[in-house]
Amino acid sequence: MTLEELERTAAEERAGQRKFTCHLHVCTAASCLSAGGAQVKQALEQELAERGMRNFCRVKGVGCMGLCSAGPLVAAHPEGFLYGHVVPEDAPDITRSLVEGRPVRRLSVPADQPFFRRQLKLVLENSGLVDPERLEEYIAAGGYTSLLRAITEMTRQEVIREVTVSGLRGRGGAGYPTGLKWSTVAKSTDAEKYVVCNADEGDPGAFMDRAVLESDPHRVLEGMAIAAYAVGARHGFIYVRAEYPLAVARLRTAIRQAERAGLLGNRIAGTPFSFHVEVRLGAGAFVCGEETALMASIEGRRGTPRPRPPYPAEYGLWGHSTLINNVETFANIPVILREGGEWFARIGAAASKGTKVFALAGRVINTGLIEVPMGISLREIIFEIGGGIPEGRRFKAVQTGGPSGGCIPEEYLDTPVDYESLAALGSMMGSGGLIVMDESTCMVDLARFFLEFSKGESCGKCVPCRVGTAHLYDLLDRLVKGEANGESLRMLEELSDLLRNTSLCGLGQSAPNPVLSTLRYFREEYEAHLAGRCLAGTCRVGTSG
Amino acid sequence: MNTGIKTLRIDGRDVGARADQTILQVARENDIFIPSLCYLEGLSPVGACRLCLVEVKGASRLLPSCVTRVEEGMEVTTRSERLDAYRRMILELLFSERNHICSVCVSNGHCELQSLAERLNLTHVHFPYRYPRLPVDASHPRFVADHNRCILCTRCVRVCDEIEGAHTWEVMGRGIEARVITDLNQPWGQSESCTSCGKCVHVCPTGALSEKGRSVAEMAKRRQFLPYLTMMRTQAR
Amino acid sequence: MNWVRPAPPTEDKRWKIVDASMRRLGYRRDALIEALHSVQETFGYLDDDSLRYVAQSLRLPLSAVYGAATFYHFFTLKPPGKHACVVCTGTACHIKGAPQLLEMMEREYQLKPGETTPDGRLSLLTARCVGSCGLAPVVVLDRELAGKLTPDQMRQWLERRLAYDT
Repeated sequence: MTLEELERTAAEERAGQRKFTCHLHVCTAASCLSAGGAQVKQALEQELAERGMRNFCRVKGVGCMGLCSAGPLVAAHPEGFLYGHVVPEDAPDITRSLVEGRPVRRLSVPADQPFFRRQLKLVLENSGLVDPERLEEYIAAGGYTSLLRAITEMTRQEVIREVTVSGLRGRGGAGYPTGLKWSTVAKSTDAEKYVVCNADEGDPGAFMDRAVLESDPHRVLEGMAIAAYAVGARHGFIYVRAEYPLAVARLRTAIRQAERAGLLGNRIAGTPFSFHVEVRLGAGAFVCGEETALMASIEGRRGTPRPRPPYPAEYGLWGHSTLINNVETFANIPVILREGGEWFARIGAAASKGTKVFALAGRVINTGLIEVPMGISLREIIFEIGGGIPEGRRFKAVQTGGPSGGCIPEEYLDTPVDYESLAALGSMMGSGGLIVMDESTCMVDLARFFLEFSKGESCGKCVPCRVGTAHLYDLLDRLVKGEANGESLRMLEELSDLLRNTSLCGLGQSAPNPVLSTLRYFREEYEAHLAGRCLAGTCRVGTSG
Repeated sequence: MNTGIKTLRIDGRDVGARADQTILQVARENDIFIPSLCYLEGLSPVGACRLCLVEVKGASRLLPSCVTRVEEGMEVTTRSERLDAYRRMILELLFSERNHICSVCVSNGHCELQSLAERLNLTHVHFPYRYPRLPVDASHPRFVADHNRCILCTRCVRVCDEIEGAHTWEVMGRGIEARVITDLNQPWGQSESCTSCGKCVHVCPTGALSEKGRSVAEMAKRRQFLPYLTMMRTQAR
Repeated sequence: MNWVRPAPPTEDKRWKIVDASMRRLGYRRDALIEALHSVQETFGYLDDDSLRYVAQSLRLPLSAVYGAATFYHFFTLKPPGKHACVVCTGTACHIKGAPQLLEMMEREYQLKPGETTPDGRLSLLTARCVGSCGLAPVVVLDRELAGKLTPDQMRQWLERRLAYDT
């Protein structure tokens, strides 16, 4: 498909959509689906058919609208009505509201509230607006224009320049400058290179990547194709965890559609550029989110990491030069090319440009998916966008970075969200999971929870992590139960230092972060547990033995 | 073949090296001690035991010397209070992980774990012993596998895969539950792929793999075959 | 020696599905994970015969296939119960009460994660995160998801669903 054909398709699709006076968007991402979204969609379609309104209003399934705690969500366009907790029985009321032009009050979710107003959607610009299973809708929204412009009007160096100028940093958590990574792979003289998308979102409590893949899969494919053009690769893999069957299905559909339309595959848009992408399944291993372990898994082996250097840019899949980026990183590429690197660099903070998608969960009123400019404060995210703590409880801490991160207490709520500031507090940006906790969470129990996770996910290759995480877990377990002694805290710190500095990969190196972080800000809870008391009042201390 | 020569400094000493050598190889050539357990010359290095970590000027992290190539002008420190403290802790973790009881072990006096503990002045293990319940597999007609003594160095896996070519051994599971197994986790004696060559027994650093008929302190390993085979196979080209 | 493709372990026609997954990737060794997924999806779990068949089809050592199958927690080498109950143990679910749900399962059904009831009716599993954190704590029974359950509510829900069998 050429640029002209792309524009024609877009125009045709838009004309087709204009035939309807209104559109009802029903969220069909995993969370709303499991709350009954598919039944709601069916009920609405049926109701419209019965009222003879099929030519007036179109129902379509869309991706994530963000406010997952109010799901299933239905939105009416262009009226701008937003409904939450919708059940199939609400269909008559909703369709009547379209005719009357007045929203159904009991279902209404205010669209003008901080949760929506304070967000800046770049990665999620199409989420909740396009049907993820229709290529035409993505094209009508401007999709694949960046790719075709890149391969027909720009050189590979120009593409890399835009990405470098944008200041985009890896969104998987490490924050490595994306433009630099691309130019390193581009420089390699390897004849066979690969582009890999890391969709093994293993942090418990993180679902950003899942939402992007379910809501706007073509965006990720477009980003990967642009990257492949820039670095000189012809093959790509998307490594998705097996626990995301809907994301896998939508990706596979999207790839088929794009190939049939000539937007992926051989000689795209009549240029010499070819790019073939496959989905590869993970199988339940958090460690496979680490680059070298991920590649081992694609190669059909046990997912154990190997020492770096050499980095994947030099020695990657089957020994070839490989570019690995996270889902969200690739999802930023189409908009960067569309608006320009300089435009992107004006958004966000000084050293952390652009936006970040966060999965807000835990003890906060509005749980769901948000996208905010870097540099926004934690306070604003939790109390304005998130709506604060429910049931009148007090904020205690927010966990960022999952099992590799740390928790941040109240006194640092005004910290801007950017890579360096969070690391300075002993946590990290991570992939975007933000778990809010109130006074009912015991920080010692939380540390034990994360160590139980890391211990179970350790690959077992290196001694410090394999045995160290087991010992750290045992120590924390004894602390939680009130069976520990004064030695325990010193041993926790000793082992934490050992794992941080001697483990083979990031899993072991960051496994102690939850311990170190909670010791730093909530040491009194550990001391209390030593003395047989739980300050949060949730652990049954000293009842065993 | 890269014939470049590099000069670097290890512990204040200037040494020469080929461009394709690792820090560990160069150190050993010059009789500079760097401890290791998973490394064995002739097998591919994996950087797993973390004992060979060294400080390199300009590097933000400690680097595993068994897999790190030398660079011109590199400045390496192999011994320091911090490094030795880490090494002792790693050994303590190993001793606490499984059931290493030297006094009744066939490799007593011939064990690399034991020798290393001695050499690094390990006097006590302050981590709690885990005492896992692990099996002893004596089903093979000639050899015994005692998982209580295994440190998961994977030398057996690598020698069987890379030198013998049978790939009988592999690691199953992960983390603290990981174990080495043969074929489909069958008793060694029922393995279909094992050629009974005994290479794994002799590369094993501890008494985990041993020959039948040995009593306490009698299992001395014989490793001359490994450099010999490596030499024969490279010369054959 | 010429490689001869092995015959499937049984006459069961469903082996064709597994074969297709390996053929799609050219019977290369990197087809292993996809092949194991295919076996588990088709037959419910991985037994020795299926591991052997995959190893021979992909020309992989038996131990390599076993090592990979046991590394990834998604795969199970034991036959599953008639019903699979998955309790999500992600961070948000943990904070919102997943441990209490697991305690109830041990009390009422004598089941710890990874175990199946002696009559084979129900298996209990945990998942690191199913990605529905807004509904924490989340439980999935077969393909049905339920959120925001108390231990009592969960027990009643299980009983109602399991009662359909009788």
